[in-house]
Amino acid sequence: MSSGWRLPAGGLIDRNRPLQFKFDGTSCHAFVGDTVASALLANGVRIVGRSFKLHRPRGIVGAGFEDSGPLIERRSPRQMTNLQPTTTPVEDGGIYRSVNTWPSAALDIGSVAQAFAPLLPAGFYYKTFMRPSWHVFEPFVRAAAGLGKTSPEGAWQPTSESRFAHTDVLIAGAGPAGLVAALACARAGVRTMLVDDSPWPGGRLLDDDLKLDSRPAAEWIATVVAELKSLPHVRVFARSSVWGFHEHNSLTVVERGPMDVVGLDYRHWKIRAKHVVVAAGAIERSLPFVDNDRPGIMQASAVASYLGRYGVVPGRRVVVVANTDSAVTLACRLKAIGALTALVDTRATTANDALHGAVVAAHGARGISAVTIRDQDGRDRRVECDLLAVSGGWSPAIHLASQSRKARTTYDDDLAAFKARSHSETLHLVGAANGAYATAACFAEGLAAAQAACRALGRPAADVTLPMSSEEAVSVGRPIWSTSVPLRRGKVFVDLSNDVTTADLGLAVREGFDSIELVKRYTTAGMGVDQGKIGNTSVIGAVAGLRGMPLADIGTTTFRPPFVPVEFAAIAGTRRGPCLYPWRHTPLADWHMANGAVMYEAGLRWQRPGYYLRAGETWQQAAQREARTVRDQVGVYDGTPLGKFLLAGRGVTALLDLLYVNDFANLRVGRGRYGIMLTDDGLILDDGVTFRFDDNTWLLHSSTGAADRVHQHIEMVLNVHRPDLDVALVPVTSAWANATVCGPRARDVLAALQPDFDASAQALPFMTTREGHLAGLPARVFRVSWTGELSFEINTAPHQAQEMWSRILAAGAPFGIAPIGSEANHILRVEAGYISTGHEVDGTADVIDLGMGGMVSKTKPDFFGKRSMELRRSVDPVRAELVGLLPDDPGAVLPEGAPLTPGGARADQEGFVSACVLSPALGRAIALGLLRNGRAREGETVHARVYDRIVPMKVGAPIFHDADRKRVKS
Amino acid sequence: MQRYSFFSLARNAIHHHEGWERAWRAPPLRPDYDVVIVGAGGHGLSTAYHLAAKHGVTNVAVIEKGWLGGGNTARNTHTIRSNYLRDVSIRFHDVSVKLYEAMTRELNYNILFSQRSMVDLVQSWGKLRDLRRRSMAMALHGPAYRIVDVDEVRRRIPAMGDVTKMRLPPLAGVIHPEAAMARHDAVAWAYARAADSRGVEIHQQTEVTGFLRAADGRVTGVETSRGTVRAKTVALATAGSTSDVAARIGLSLPLLTRNLQAFVSEPVKPIIDVIANFPDVGLYAMQSDKGEIVVGGGTDPIPSYRQGCHFQTFEDVVASLIEIFPRFGSLKMLRQWGGAIEFAYDASPIISGTPIPGFYVSTGWYGGFKSIPVGGLTYAHLLATGQAHPLAEAFGLDRFSGLKLLLEAGTVAQR
Amino acid sequence: MLLIECPWCGPRPEQEFTCAGEAHPPRPHDPSAFSDRQWSDYVVMRANLRGLHEERWWHVRGCGSWLSVTRDTLTHDIRTVSLIGKASSS
Repeated sequence: MSSGWRLPAGGLIDRNRPLQFKFDGTSCHAFVGDTVASALLANGVRIVGRSFKLHRPRGIVGAGFEDSGPLIERRSPRQMTNLQPTTTPVEDGGIYRSVNTWPSAALDIGSVAQAFAPLLPAGFYYKTFMRPSWHVFEPFVRAAAGLGKTSPEGAWQPTSESRFAHTDVLIAGAGPAGLVAALACARAGVRTMLVDDSPWPGGRLLDDDLKLDSRPAAEWIATVVAELKSLPHVRVFARSSVWGFHEHNSLTVVERGPMDVVGLDYRHWKIRAKHVVVAAGAIERSLPFVDNDRPGIMQASAVASYLGRYGVVPGRRVVVVANTDSAVTLACRLKAIGALTALVDTRATTANDALHGAVVAAHGARGISAVTIRDQDGRDRRVECDLLAVSGGWSPAIHLASQSRKARTTYDDDLAAFKARSHSETLHLVGAANGAYATAACFAEGLAAAQAACRALGRPAADVTLPMSSEEAVSVGRPIWSTSVPLRRGKVFVDLSNDVTTADLGLAVREGFDSIELVKRYTTAGMGVDQGKIGNTSVIGAVAGLRGMPLADIGTTTFRPPFVPVEFAAIAGTRRGPCLYPWRHTPLADWHMANGAVMYEAGLRWQRPGYYLRAGETWQQAAQREARTVRDQVGVYDGTPLGKFLLAGRGVTALLDLLYVNDFANLRVGRGRYGIMLTDDGLILDDGVTFRFDDNTWLLHSSTGAADRVHQHIEMVLNVHRPDLDVALVPVTSAWANATVCGPRARDVLAALQPDFDASAQALPFMTTREGHLAGLPARVFRVSWTGELSFEINTAPHQAQEMWSRILAAGAPFGIAPIGSEANHILRVEAGYISTGHEVDGTADVIDLGMGGMVSKTKPDFFGKRSMELRRSVDPVRAELVGLLPDDPGAVLPEGAPLTPGGARADQEGFVSACVLSPALGRAIALGLLRNGRAREGETVHARVYDRIVPMKVGAPIFHDADRKRVKS
Repeated sequence: MQRYSFFSLARNAIHHHEGWERAWRAPPLRPDYDVVIVGAGGHGLSTAYHLAAKHGVTNVAVIEKGWLGGGNTARNTHTIRSNYLRDVSIRFHDVSVKLYEAMTRELNYNILFSQRSMVDLVQSWGKLRDLRRRSMAMALHGPAYRIVDVDEVRRRIPAMGDVTKMRLPPLAGVIHPEAAMARHDAVAWAYARAADSRGVEIHQQTEVTGFLRAADGRVTGVETSRGTVRAKTVALATAGSTSDVAARIGLSLPLLTRNLQAFVSEPVKPIIDVIANFPDVGLYAMQSDKGEIVVGGGTDPIPSYRQGCHFQTFEDVVASLIEIFPRFGSLKMLRQWGGAIEFAYDASPIISGTPIPGFYVSTGWYGGFKSIPVGGLTYAHLLATGQAHPLAEAFGLDRFSGLKLLLEAGTVAQR
Repeated sequence: MLLIECPWCGPRPEQEFTCAGEAHPPRPHDPSAFSDRQWSDYVVMRANLRGLHEERWWHVRGCGSWLSVTRDTLTHDIRTVSLIGKASSS
C-alpha cells in the first residue's frame, strides 16, 4: 500500500521502548510516545476507516484533536470506542479496530453506499421515505448510522476525580505564546496554570524545525518548562484540554491519565481564573479540489508534526500544496530527506521554485496515487505521489474565546480568517489564536498579555528575554474557497466527518437554506465528531461565494462546548452513588434495618421505615398489622424527619399570624396549635403544629418534604417583606430525634417510662408540651396526633435517641408495643381524616377546599394568601372539596389518583381519589378525595374510573374513625 | 409547491440536483399585511400555515429577527408527548401528537416522525403516585400511559445498568406509546415551505423594534429594522423573548425565562430504542437517527437568557446519566447547548388576546416543540376568528386576573 | 457557575446560594387596599428582563444572608451585590 516510514532518529518518542499493537488484525510496531495515528503512518497503514455517510475510504488527516479523519475503537486494554487515532496513545499489546466498517476498514461492505451517492444529496431524507411511512425505513437508517458500538454492560469504565481550583492566570495552550505568557506570569509570582492537549509542551515549536537563539527549540522549551515546574505557584497540565469556558471566568479542564495517581483515568477540574490567556494556536484549512478526502491527503502542519514529534514521514513521494509559507518550509524539510516530489504554490506572487497553480483533483480510489495540477496558463499536469500535504490557510482557534462570550468574532480580510476580539480586560488572545503566526509575534503577544494580566492583578510584570527565532516567513495567500472545476465531475469535500461536499452547500443555498445556521443544519456541515474544526471556515467561505456576499456578512455558527469531546465519566468525577444521592438517616436507621424495616424516602432524601416485615408477611399484611397494633394497643414510630424550626423574638406572634391562616397570637405558653400556611397565590404551602415554649420562643413543625420550602418562605418573609419583625429562625430538624408513641395504651407506656412530670390527661392534655425526663433521659414531649389515637411525640437529643427508643420498646412490651412504618401511618391518617402533602395537598387546593375553612381567622386583616384566596373564590366559587368516599364494593382499594368522572364516563374529571386504604377499623376500603362541589354532595354516589373499571362510591364526611376526636384528646 | 418524492429525487439526481426550487421565497417586505406574526420558529410558522390552510388568511408576514427556526425550535430535544394531568392539557397535546403523525404526508416533507414511545423508570413512591394519577387521567381521553413493572422497563431499555444496584431503587415503569421524536429543524422547514406555497411571506433577518398604535390603543403594525409594516393583527410567537418583546408595547406577562440545557454524545450504533425518562433523577436520554445519544434534564434554577451551560445542573444530569447507564461513562460529549424556555406562573400555555386590541400572544410553552402543530392550529383560529379555539379556551390570559390557575400538579416550578 | 461576592464571606460559588428569583416589590402591608387586578398582577406578573435585573439570593449554605444582586440575565455578569433585610439593618 503506502509508504509512510520512520526516520532513523529524531522526534520525541522513546525509541528505547518499542511497543506492539494490532490494527484491524494486522500487527504493527510503535514506540512509547506514539499515537495510534503516528504508528499507523509509520507502519504504512493508509485506510484507517470509512466515512460516515458514503463509506469512502479515509485516512489520517491531522495530528491532534482537530483531525477530521476516521475514528477507531480500542478493544483492549480498556475497551472504548470512537477514539481519535491522533490523540490516542498506543499501548503495548493494544488491539485497535476501525469503527463502522465490516469486515475491516480496507475491505468495507458498507462502501456500496457510494453507488447510491447521487441519490443522497444534502437533506435527501426530507424529500423521500414518506410512503408508506418513515417507520418502514427508519430502522435501516438507524442501523447504518452511528459509529462505534457502546461497551457492554459491566465492561471497564473510566475512573475520574473532581477538583476545584482558583488561579490568577490560566493559559490555554503551551505553544510559543503560551510558554512565554506562563513564564512571565510565573516569574511575577502570580498563580499560573498552563494547559495543553499534547503530552509535550511546545506546540508548533515541536513540529517546525526551528532554532531559537541558534539552538534547537527543544532546548529552550525544556529550560522554560523546567523553570515553570520548579515553581510552587505554577501548575503545568499535559494531555489536558480546556473544554469549556463558562460564565464568571470558570473553566472546565479534563486532565487525561494524571501521572500522580495510579489507575486514575481522568481528573476533571473546575477552575476559576482571574485572567485567561487563550494561546490555543490555529488550525490549518484544506483546499477545495475533487476527491480531496482520499487517504494520503493530510494537513501540511500535521505532516510537520509527524516529522517533528514522531520521526514519521507519512509518504515517500510527497506533493506539498502551499497557500502558506509554513508549507513551503515543510517542503524544504521533505526535500532534505528526499521525500519531496513537488511543491505546488497556489500563490502567484511568491518567488520560489515551486510549480505555481492550483490542485484540481486527486486520483486513486483507495489512497492518493497522483494529483492533477492546473498551472497559471490553464494547463493540467498529472503528478504521481503517495502523499499530498495541503495547506489552505489558517483558522485561529477562537473556540474558547467565543464560548466565553467576552469576545466578538469578526472576519478579518487580511488574515482571511475569523478573529475574536476580546472586550474584557480578563480575556487575552495571543499568538496564532489571535492571528499572529510568526514565532516572534507569538512570543511578543504572550509576553504582552502576561504583562497586562499582571498589571491588572497589581503585580509588577516580570522580565522575560525573548529568544530570537530562525523562522523566515509566515505569510498566507489569499483564501481559496471554491474550485473552478465543474462540480459534476466529482466530490469536493468541505466536511470530512459528515461527508458534506460543495455540491451539498450549493443545493442548500439554492433551496433557500442560505443563512449559515441553516446551511449547517440542512447539510450537517460542522456537526460531525470533529465539530468542523478544519472545515467550518471553508464552509463559510464557500457559502459566501455561492451567495456573492463577503464572509463577514455570512458570519459563523455558534461555538459550543466542549472544545474537544469529553468522556461523560470524566465530567461526572466523584459524583456517583452516595455522593450523587446522599440519604438522610435518622439516628435510629441502623435499628430499623436490623429489625426488618423496608426503608422508604419520606421526602428530601430522608429515609424512614415503610413497614417492618415479619416472616411470611406481604407488605400489605405488615401495614395492616402495624395499623391494628396502634388502634388496639400501642405503636411507636420514628418521626425524626419532621421539619422543625425554632423561632425566637418579640415578633414571632406577628410572624405566625402572617404565615398561617389561623390566629396564633392568643396561643398560651406550653400549648400548640395546628396551622395551615398558604403562599401568596392562595394555595397551600404546608401544614403543621406550632408550640409556644415561652412568651417569645416557639417551635414550628413542617412536613418532611416541605421543610426546605418552608424555611425559604419564612426567611424571605423575615428578610424581604417584614425585616421589621424581631424574629430569629433556626432550623433544628436534625437536632431532635422523635419517637412517637401512639395508641390507646400510649399513656401506660409513658407512665412505665417514669416521667419526672405529671403526664396525666389533666396535666398534659392534647396540644400541650412538657420538658422533663423520661426513663432518666432528658426529653420533650408533645401531645400531637397524626394517627387518630392518643399520642406522645418524645423528642430527645440525637445521641440519646437509640437509648430512648430501646427504653420505650422495653416499657411498652407488656402492652404489646410494636414499631410502625409509614404505610401504617398512611392508613391511620386516612381513617382519621388528616390531610397529607402530596396527596390532598396537591398544589392546587386552598384551606377551605380541604374543609378547614373554620380555621381561617375572621379577625386578621391579612395573612399570606388571604387576598388571593378570596379573589379566586369570588370568580370561581365552585371548588374541588375534600370528601370521604366509601366504595360500594367494600373490597375495592383503588389506586391513589383515580379520577372521578360523571357516571364514570370517559369525560372530564370532577375530582380524584387522593388516598384509598383498607381500613382495619372498619374492615373495608375507605378513601379520601377532592370532588367538585363535594361537601354539598354528601350522600350522593360518584364514580371513579380506573382505566376501564368503574367504581361507584358514596360521598361522606372525610373522617372514618373517632369522629369526635375523643381518642385523640383522651 | 414542488412535489417531493423518491421519484422526484431520482429525476433530479440525473440533473445533479440542480433543478430543485427554493423551499420558500425571499420576497420584498411590503408595507401592509392582514396579519404580522413576530417570530419564525415552529409556532409562528405553524400558525401562519394554519391561517392560510384552514382560514384562507394568506396576506400574512412572518417576521424573524434571525433565521427561520432559529429559536427554541433549533434548541430542543425533539420530543413529542401528551402525558399531562389536566383534561384540557391532555386533549390539547393529544391533538398535537395526532397532527404530528399526519404532518409528513400533509406537508409533503419528511419530518422523520418516529413514534418510539417514552418509557419512564419510577424510583420514588411520590413520583409513582403522580404518574399513576396521570396515567388514569389520560386513559379518560385516549393517550396511553401504562404502568408496568421494572422488568418491562428493563426489556424496553436494555442499555440500563443493573437495576438492583441503582442508588434509588426502581419501583415501576410507565410507558407512553404515543411519544415520538421528529427532526426538529425539519418541522419548521416543513411549515415554512407549506405556508410559503400558500402565499405567506417569511422575512428573515428582520427585527421588530417597536409597535404602531392607533389613538384608541389598537395595534396597527410593527416597526422593523427594514421599515414600517402595518397590520390589522400582530401576533407574537417569540418563545424565549416574549417578555422582552411585549415590554416594547407596554404589556406585562406572567412569565419567567430559564435555560434548559441538553447535550449529545458522539454517534454510536443503536443502543436506546425509546425515549428513556428518569424523572426521579432528572434525566432523559434517547438516540437520534444519526446515532447520537441526546440527553437532557431539568431547567436551570436561575432566570436566564444565556442559552449556555449552567454547570451544576449539567453535572447533575451527566452524573445521573452514568448512574443509570454505567456503560455510557466511556462515551464522549460532543456538543452541549441551551434554550431559553419561558413558562407561565401556572406552567400552562398562554394563547390569548391581550388588553391591547389586535395584539395577541402565544407563550408559556415550557419547551413547546411538542405543541407546535396544535399551538399553530389554535393560535391561527384565534387570530382568524377572534375566538379561542375550543381546545385552547382554558389558555387565555384572563385566567390570571382571577388567579384561576391551570396548574399541572408537579410542575409548580415557579411557586 | 456564578461567583457571588457575599458582603460577609467574600466571593463564593453559586452552589452555596439559592436564587429566590426576581426582586419583586416587597409584599404590601395592606393587600386589601389593592384592586383585584392590581393584586393579581402583583402575584403573577414578572418583568422577566433580558439584561440587567435585580434579584434575590439567599446564602443558605453559607452565612444565611439575603442578598440583592444586580445580574445580567443574558451574560450572567453580576454588577452589584448588597445585603437586604435583617442583615443590612443590624
